[in-house]
Amino acid sequence: MARGRGELALERGIELLIRLCGVSAILFVFGIFFFVFREGAGLLWSGRFSILEFFGSIEWYPTSQSRVRYGALALITGTFSVTVLAMLLAVPFGIGTAIYLSEFCGARRKETLKIVVELLAAIPSVVWGFIGLTIMNSLIIRLFGAPIGLNVLNGAMLLALMSVPIIVSIGEDALKAVPDGYREAALALGATRWQLVYRVLLPAARNGLLAAVLLGVGRAVGETMAVLMATGHSIRMPTSLLDPVRTLTATIAAELGEAPVGSDHYQVLFLVGVLLFTITFIVNMCAVRIVRGKRGRG
Amino acid sequence: MNNPAAADYAIQTRDLSLWYGNFQALNNVTLDIKHGAITSLIGPSGCGKTTLLRCFNRINERYGSVRTSGEIRILGRNIYDEDVSLIELRRFVGMVFQRPNPLPLSIYENIVFGLRLHSERRALTRADLDAAVEGALTEVGLWASVRDRLDRSALDLQLDEQQKLCIARLLPLKPEVILMDEPCSALDAEATRAIEELLFGLRGRYSIVIVTHNMAQARRASDECFLMLMGELIEHGATESLFTSPKDARTLNYLEGRFG
Ligand SMILES: Nc1ncnc2c1ncn2[C@@H]1O[C@H](COP(=O)(O)OP(=O)(O)OP(=O)(O)O)[C@@H](O)[C@H]1O
Ligand SMILES: [Mg+2]
Repeated sequence: MARGRGELALERGIELLIRLCGVSAILFVFGIFFFVFREGAGLLWSGRFSILEFFGSIEWYPTSQSRVRYGALALITGTFSVTVLAMLLAVPFGIGTAIYLSEFCGARRKETLKIVVELLAAIPSVVWGFIGLTIMNSLIIRLFGAPIGLNVLNGAMLLALMSVPIIVSIGEDALKAVPDGYREAALALGATRWQLVYRVLLPAARNGLLAAVLLGVGRAVGETMAVLMATGHSIRMPTSLLDPVRTLTATIAAELGEAPVGSDHYQVLFLVGVLLFTITFIVNMCAVRIVRGKRGRG
Repeated sequence: MNNPAAADYAIQTRDLSLWYGNFQALNNVTLDIKHGAITSLIGPSGCGKTTLLRCFNRINERYGSVRTSGEIRILGRNIYDEDVSLIELRRFVGMVFQRPNPLPLSIYENIVFGLRLHSERRALTRADLDAAVEGALTEVGLWASVRDRLDRSALDLQLDEQQKLCIARLLPLKPEVILMDEPCSALDAEATRAIEELLFGLRGRYSIVIVTHNMAQARRASDECFLMLMGELIEHGATESLFTSPKDARTLNYLEGRFG
């Protein structure tokens, strides 16, 4: 069958389009980084900004009349504390669920549970924030006797719930990738299912599970809306789980609308964005490398 | 299992049937496997050899859809009895798989894996473990070549060394029965011969049941032989007589290579 010229050209065209789609992902990532950085870069060289102050001071007064100060340490600590606590809650829960799904439950229940977990991932973060403002807030006040329930604990619980789906689905993939021969070997030697899990599967799937956790961390660090609504929005170094904090993301979301375009305040918010971008980029790169390292060794 | 010497037979089944969902893979299998002998299980592909073998340590039950009926006695004890623990059963009935499947641990840890599962942590001294490793590896003829690299990953071994390791890791548990599912099918001729020699070395001390596709191997390496077709047991007897004077016409057909 002879093919017309038109048809060939069409095929070429489609191929080109597909290639473009592939390349565009890279373009977008670098494009976004470039744009964010360019918006903030001016301030870096202006002399009105000190890196030392940015990382070392907790005084964030970007709109002060007398003296503006851009100390992001409290914001960094806020992000860090909420993320760490979220992971302390989400990792055992997420990995546990992944183990249950992959090793302990039957095929039908597994299907149902996976759908539920995916639903959890599909809840918009504003809705989570709303849950934080209402349910979690009153729960924390009632359980801990705190004067107000919008704090590190509240934000961390929301972030934990939001990262669990990622940890579960990547973690389950990691466990599923462990060759079945290992399971049969251990079971045939008389291992109980729990011995099988902690003596064989967890070590064998270690890299994939670590990657799952890191992707969960990436999710938690970058999350904005829910933490904005649930952490109390006060800039300070937290000394307890019941202290309110402010995170890097929440700061950008709250202040960018009011900062005049091109002003110092506007620019410093973009620098905060660069910092966030760098953190999540590094975390994600680590995750990817860990997963790849595992494949490499077979 | 409490009084093994009293049983003449390592494994006995009575009317054993097994279904994978609606598909019947074993049909009223009744057999007696002698204690201390090497017994081979032959038959064409898909006739249920693996399925039968995997009944003996109940590892078939991993799959939710499996249903069995009938009786299996190992050293006189019904393995479906309430008071038989699966874990104890698997301690006495070891299994070697078709594809060598060492665990992703060191050579040393592979050998002591079973001991660690079945003993209190405090009951195991380093010296016990070392002795078990040396004993097991010596018995399978690996000691000389791996003694200097016991802490290296077992996955770095050659395929035939891996299979020997898989046999060796059963030995510290002092099993009564060793089940082997085509243990040589992934190995070359040289390695196959080495494993067969290993079998002869183990003969008498363990009851060995070996599934094989390779009729020459069944003939060389086994004392007793069972032939299966489509989930049924067709013929059994001393290996030599089954091969030279089969009683069933289907056995003759199979041996002459008309199917399989
Ligand atoms: N997990 C399973 N689920 C469903 N059917 C199965 C399963 N395992 C085996 N079967 C079927 O049961 C039958 C017997 O399989 P089995 O693996 O026991 O045969 P075999 O004699 O060991 O074959 P081979 O020589 O190819 O290893 C085959 O028809 C196979 O398709
Ligand atoms: Mg088979």
